[in-house]
Amino acid sequence: MENMVAQDERMAEYLEVADEVAAKYAGRRGSVIPVLQQVQERVGYLPPEVMKRIGERLGVPPAQIFGVASFYAQFRMAPVGKYVVKVCHGTACHVQGAGAITDALCDELGVADGATTEDGKFTVESVACLGCCSLAPVIMIEDNTYGRLTPDEARKIVREYGD
Amino acid sequence: MAKTGATVEVTVGLSSCGIAAGAADVFSAFQREFKEKGVDARLRRTGCVGMCYREPIVDVVTSGGAKYTYGELTADRVGRVVEEHVVGGKPVDEWLVRAEGRELPDETYYDQQVRLVLRNAGVIDPESIDEYIDAGGYEALTKVIKEMSPDDVIEELKASGLRGRGGAGFPTGIKWDLAKKAPGEMKYVIVNADEGDPGAFMDRSILEGDPHSVLEGLAIAAYTIGAQEGYFYVRAEYPLAIKRLRIAIEDATERGFVGENILGSGFSFKVHIKEGAGAFVCGEETALIASIEGQRGMPRLRPPYPAVKGLWAKPTNNNNVETYANIPWIISNGAAAYAAYGTESSKGTKVFALAGKITRGGLVEVPMGLTIRQVIDEVGGGVPEGRSFKAVQLGGPSGGCVPVEFMDIPIDYESITKTGAIMGSGGMVVMDDSTCMVDIARFFLHFTQDESCGKCTFCRVGTKRMLEILERITAGEGREGDIELLEELGEKIISSSLCGLGQSAPNPVLTTIKYFRDEYEAHINEKRCPALSCKALITYDIDPDKCIGCTVCAKKCPVGAITGERKEAHTIDQDLCTKCDACRQACKFDAVTVR
Ligand SMILES: Cc1cc2nc3c(=O)[nH]c(=O)nc-3n(C[C@H](O)[C@H](O)[C@H](O)COP(=O)(O)O)c2cc1C
Ligand code: FES
Repeated sequence: MENMVAQDERMAEYLEVADEVAAKYAGRRGSVIPVLQQVQERVGYLPPEVMKRIGERLGVPPAQIFGVASFYAQFRMAPVGKYVVKVCHGTACHVQGAGAITDALCDELGVADGATTEDGKFTVESVACLGCCSLAPVIMIEDNTYGRLTPDEARKIVREYGD
Repeated sequence: MAKTGATVEVTVGLSSCGIAAGAADVFSAFQREFKEKGVDARLRRTGCVGMCYREPIVDVVTSGGAKYTYGELTADRVGRVVEEHVVGGKPVDEWLVRAEGRELPDETYYDQQVRLVLRNAGVIDPESIDEYIDAGGYEALTKVIKEMSPDDVIEELKASGLRGRGGAGFPTGIKWDLAKKAPGEMKYVIVNADEGDPGAFMDRSILEGDPHSVLEGLAIAAYTIGAQEGYFYVRAEYPLAIKRLRIAIEDATERGFVGENILGSGFSFKVHIKEGAGAFVCGEETALIASIEGQRGMPRLRPPYPAVKGLWAKPTNNNNVETYANIPWIISNGAAAYAAYGTESSKGTKVFALAGKITRGGLVEVPMGLTIRQVIDEVGGGVPEGRSFKAVQLGGPSGGCVPVEFMDIPIDYESITKTGAIMGSGGMVVMDDSTCMVDIARFFLHFTQDESCGKCTFCRVGTKRMLEILERITAGEGREGDIELLEELGEKIISSSLCGLGQSAPNPVLTTIKYFRDEYEAHINEKRCPALSCKALITYDIDPDKCIGCTVCAKKCPVGAITGERKEAHTIDQDLCTKCDACRQACKFDAVTVR
């Protein structure tokens, strides 16, 4: 029961974020994507209720909001871990052994690629290119990029975040 | 920057690649050292000089003006550089990679380079408009506004021979002319900074290293075609580029280079930044426009071209980051000076991002017409020792793999297209004998299949079928006829897709089949991967003659597949082995073999 109250409270908070961000963009053309980006930045993902609210506030049909959100890889429909470990699988990283980095990280954290650890701490995610190709293979956690990695070094890095 | 004052100047390269290698810590270490030791030296920040393989990079310019460049200068080395060089005046020789008057190996990295687009990258502080102006920045915009008509600008661009650097190589002067002539009160200009090629970082480095050059080029375009508003469409994965661009726009607005009534001319121009949301197809200009408008990024049929009907259905000019960065240089130095570089059909320079199996991976700018070999071997230092060059991938998912036979062709749009690859935006990923070409084809198809927007059936379903076949081949389950099926599907996808994504998606497969058919055949007929890369087709063993039983591999193995008594030869349980390669990397006696 208490849990549900907490959930409702959290959702109320999310909706407030949606209201606040949408208000900044009211009446401006082409604002769906920036609003979704900023809301996700603060909420962590885009629950259906929140997308519906954004649609109402911007005067855009919810179907269109869902359509946009589902088109772009950046938008998430489910919550993610505290740290999202982005493993680059761009061309340069691929030829320099990105596969082994993902394998090592998934093994270290005990999750599948794309999944979140049970404690909600880490999500392992494959991304296309982090733009540091000459330091391949590369991973990024929050705004920190780590390059020239070996599988062991990648393990060490996530261990540091885990502590 | 030329040194004028009497103090020593220390410059740290703070671009994304530098920071990934620890440059931010290096910067703080210098700050701390200077403060603690009361050192009277100036600490500066700059962008990427292109020697990514040496990051973190630090320049020390002495009070006499001599410049010394340190490579791989990690934070723990800062103390010694401060003490011996900054204070003591004696360079730390063993960490130097470039210095005037000395013959250091990295000097040759720049021998073939001509840095027009990258003129300021790694030189000026990208967050300082004053340093940009001191380096001649905004002179071109001033000249255009005060002395040139829009038609003068277009004539100059046509004479320069500049072609779009976003991949297709459309002549920029003609493009601007179309947008200028298109009727309409309201017009737009767009910078395509979506940089979708996964393995390329030219545009990121330009924006991080010299954002004003792109902004100045954009403002010149706006003046020329008569646009009132401009958009930078930047990949969301490039936070630092976005940050520096924001600073550049604010500063340029404050100084009156963009905004209301620019330089008192009555011409006003407003600039916005739009962050991409992770869709490769949004690099295609009509999809990009749909995305700025807040819609799903679906390409539409052209014509009408954006020059006539673009953003919000108004005439719009869209160019790549590098294209714009060329403009101020051309205006300031003249079309003839630009056209003096390059070949008959491809003028000027091109920036390339060298990565993959290459000794000196980084960002280089060379005149068109240099051969691929010169770029890879002479500039990039070739593949690392002990390996042999196999192919270079140009043009990313729309491009192809160019084999060693074509290493001596000149870099120009037409010659590269003849190989089946494309110039593309400038990504060059080098591959050696350990790279499996079938796997590379599978890798790109996985990418394009994932990124297909789904509008065209052949692109959506066809790429999926091709991917399934490639997955089957690399898993050792290839069948006779698979190669022919891939070729047939590829040709159909090319001919029946609406946008460049589908029209080029089969290229990486078709070029690898063309040049490396034997590798496909080995996978299919012999169930063998010649590069020893496809996991399903290789086995790991321990050579009992070489193994001394040190147990290191057994400890490393994450799945416990290796057993054996201490001081006795170990063995691998093939059922458990995941072929992660950890044992081979750990073994100091080369006892782990791969077949
Ligand atoms: C699937 C696809 C992806 C593209 N991605 C990019 C890109 O990331 N950056 C870019 O400048 N051009 C990209 N282009 C090319 C653009 O459509 C357009 O031709 C280019 O931005 C024009 O600029 P330019 O004339 O300066 O080359 C892409 C095209 C296609 C078909
Ligand atoms: S390919 Fe990994 S950073 Fe570009």
